[in-house]
Amino acid sequence: MAIDKFVTLKTTCVPLPVENVDTDQIIPARFLKATTRDGFGENLFRDWRYDKSDKPVKEFVLNNPAYSGKVLAAGKNFGSGSSREHAAWAIHDYGFKAVVSSFFADIFKNNALNNGLLPVQVSPEFLAKIFKEIDKNPETEVEINLEMQKITLLSTGESENFEISPYKKKCLLNGYDDIDYLLSIKDKIEAFEAGKSI
Amino acid sequence: MGKTLFDKVWDSHVVSQIEGGPSVLYIDRHLVHEVTSPQAFAGLDRRGISVFRPQNTVATPDHNVPTVNQDLTIQDKLSRMQVEKLKENTKKHGINHYGLNHPYQGIVHVIGPELGLTQPGMTIVCGDSHTSTHGAFGCVAFGIGTSEVEMVLATQCILQPKPKRMRITVDGKLKKGVGAKDIILYIISKISASGATGYFVEYAGSAIRNLSMEGRMTICNMSIEMGARGGHIAPDATTFEYIKGREFAPKGDEWEKKLAYWKNLFTDDDAVFDLELNYDAADIEPMITYGTNPGMGVGITGSIPKLDEIEESTKASFMKSMKYMDFEAGSNILGKTVDYVFVGSCTNGRIEDLRAFAKFVEGKKKADNIVAWIVPGSRQVEAQAKAEGLDKVLEAAGFVLRQPGCSACLAMNDDKIPEGNYAVSTSNRNFEGRQGPGARTMLASPITAAAAAITGKVTDPREFL
Repeated sequence: MAIDKFVTLKTTCVPLPVENVDTDQIIPARFLKATTRDGFGENLFRDWRYDKSDKPVKEFVLNNPAYSGKVLAAGKNFGSGSSREHAAWAIHDYGFKAVVSSFFADIFKNNALNNGLLPVQVSPEFLAKIFKEIDKNPETEVEINLEMQKITLLSTGESENFEISPYKKKCLLNGYDDIDYLLSIKDKIEAFEAGKSI
Repeated sequence: MGKTLFDKVWDSHVVSQIEGGPSVLYIDRHLVHEVTSPQAFAGLDRRGISVFRPQNTVATPDHNVPTVNQDLTIQDKLSRMQVEKLKENTKKHGINHYGLNHPYQGIVHVIGPELGLTQPGMTIVCGDSHTSTHGAFGCVAFGIGTSEVEMVLATQCILQPKPKRMRITVDGKLKKGVGAKDIILYIISKISASGATGYFVEYAGSAIRNLSMEGRMTICNMSIEMGARGGHIAPDATTFEYIKGREFAPKGDEWEKKLAYWKNLFTDDDAVFDLELNYDAADIEPMITYGTNPGMGVGITGSIPKLDEIEESTKASFMKSMKYMDFEAGSNILGKTVDYVFVGSCTNGRIEDLRAFAKFVEGKKKADNIVAWIVPGSRQVEAQAKAEGLDKVLEAAGFVLRQPGCSACLAMNDDKIPEGNYAVSTSNRNFEGRQGPGARTMLASPITAAAAAITGKVTDPREFL
């Protein structure tokens, strides 16, 4: 089954300059009770986004009409904590196609990639520049080119390359799915099992 | 060059290597719970395939279950649906399922070891980040997302990039009142909540070696809290003794064969790690956290860092954390008010944890201002506690032993710490809202939790030892 393809993206960003954004903030545990993958965007950053009487918190960036776009730019160690893939689903379901940070937690990175959500790891300096430019002008755009593995800050023209495994890059560019690949090598898996001594 | 324990286990499970990409890793044991599996089972249905190796898969509901009246229908409709869905999915695919009220039900990371399902040298995954717990047996065990759960259900394999190797050595003798939980909170406070991201950690040294299996599980459990892919400890006589005779442990000739293999699971003397860290056990005090990630911990007689001690780039996050906790930078930890005490979770919900808590509170009384939830990690832990009369000791001191589940560790069931309240908790995460919206969590060991439960405030447990 195919995942969303990712090729290039030109968009404004939503800035969240907070470090160690854990998956409990992205989607609190009490919203994990669904048995489908849909609708988690509604509760993305629930407890930062709404107060206890479910009114939007004005200061929170998702409630600020000045900011929009398909890229979430966040502080270092984004997606730490729980392995809940619901965090990646929530971000994707809300409408983001990529998350830019200076550092991602491992499991979140895998979960994002498995859902066509591109984690773009940049240097702390480049991330600081993105935040600074958005602060000056919320209309600031970035362009992400997966084939070139390059992110460009369009207001200044500065760019930086980012890492991604060639395998995952191919999957995202083509919308390939890991499970289809594994199913295609089932004979190898069975041979491995047969040769396992312990 | 010799191999690390990690390399030995990982390499022996590689089915194939994708060029410029991840390894196809074979998984020996797949543990499944109700929250992260329904979408994976639905994925199999969409593909029109069934579970490839149901015999390598075990399921139990734990995250959502109530910790009282488990014999009655679950009141929360959505929780009930997830628990029922797990039962339905496992039945359909022929997977062993220990449902509510089954004598083997419990937190998935507690039941794996206690049933002998967790064995040295295995690869173990589960859709839960605390799967690292099983590393205590010399496994390569790690948490995965739901797409990966589907991958393992479909093919018994997972695509994983090989992490780097780190060894953390803790040598020397622990001081009185200091245990496994304090060791791991100390390590995380030193290297931060992201300090081991990209690594798989081996814990070594005399202080680790001298721990019981349950203490080792507490250490490995929290590997993820410093960002590590997983953490493990080479198996030894303590490990083999623990496994022997358990329900799914190998028996007879099979035991001898496995034992011979397990004895080779150690890091060779000339093996090289990408990073080595060393700590002295004597430097560790009873630990407690003051902030909103597990790296924000300090010795209990210490104080919260002052703002000028915090790195510039981290200051905003630190201040956000202080505001959430309503703590002053630079203030002392001792004497802070506590409202709730939670003992339980896959970190500290095993029998030794309940024994330590019960022994501490024996002959004392719970403070009036404290609400305490004492939650065994499994049905078997609950039964053992009762067989040892721990429930009676707890009752005499004003505590009640509840029924098993993840409970207030992540507050998916009704066990939620109310907004603004402070909890001393033996669990693993102090994130904002983790134990309930607005809840303020301080992570600590079972005896530090016991000291708080007795005095009603943050207290050095050594005052009572």
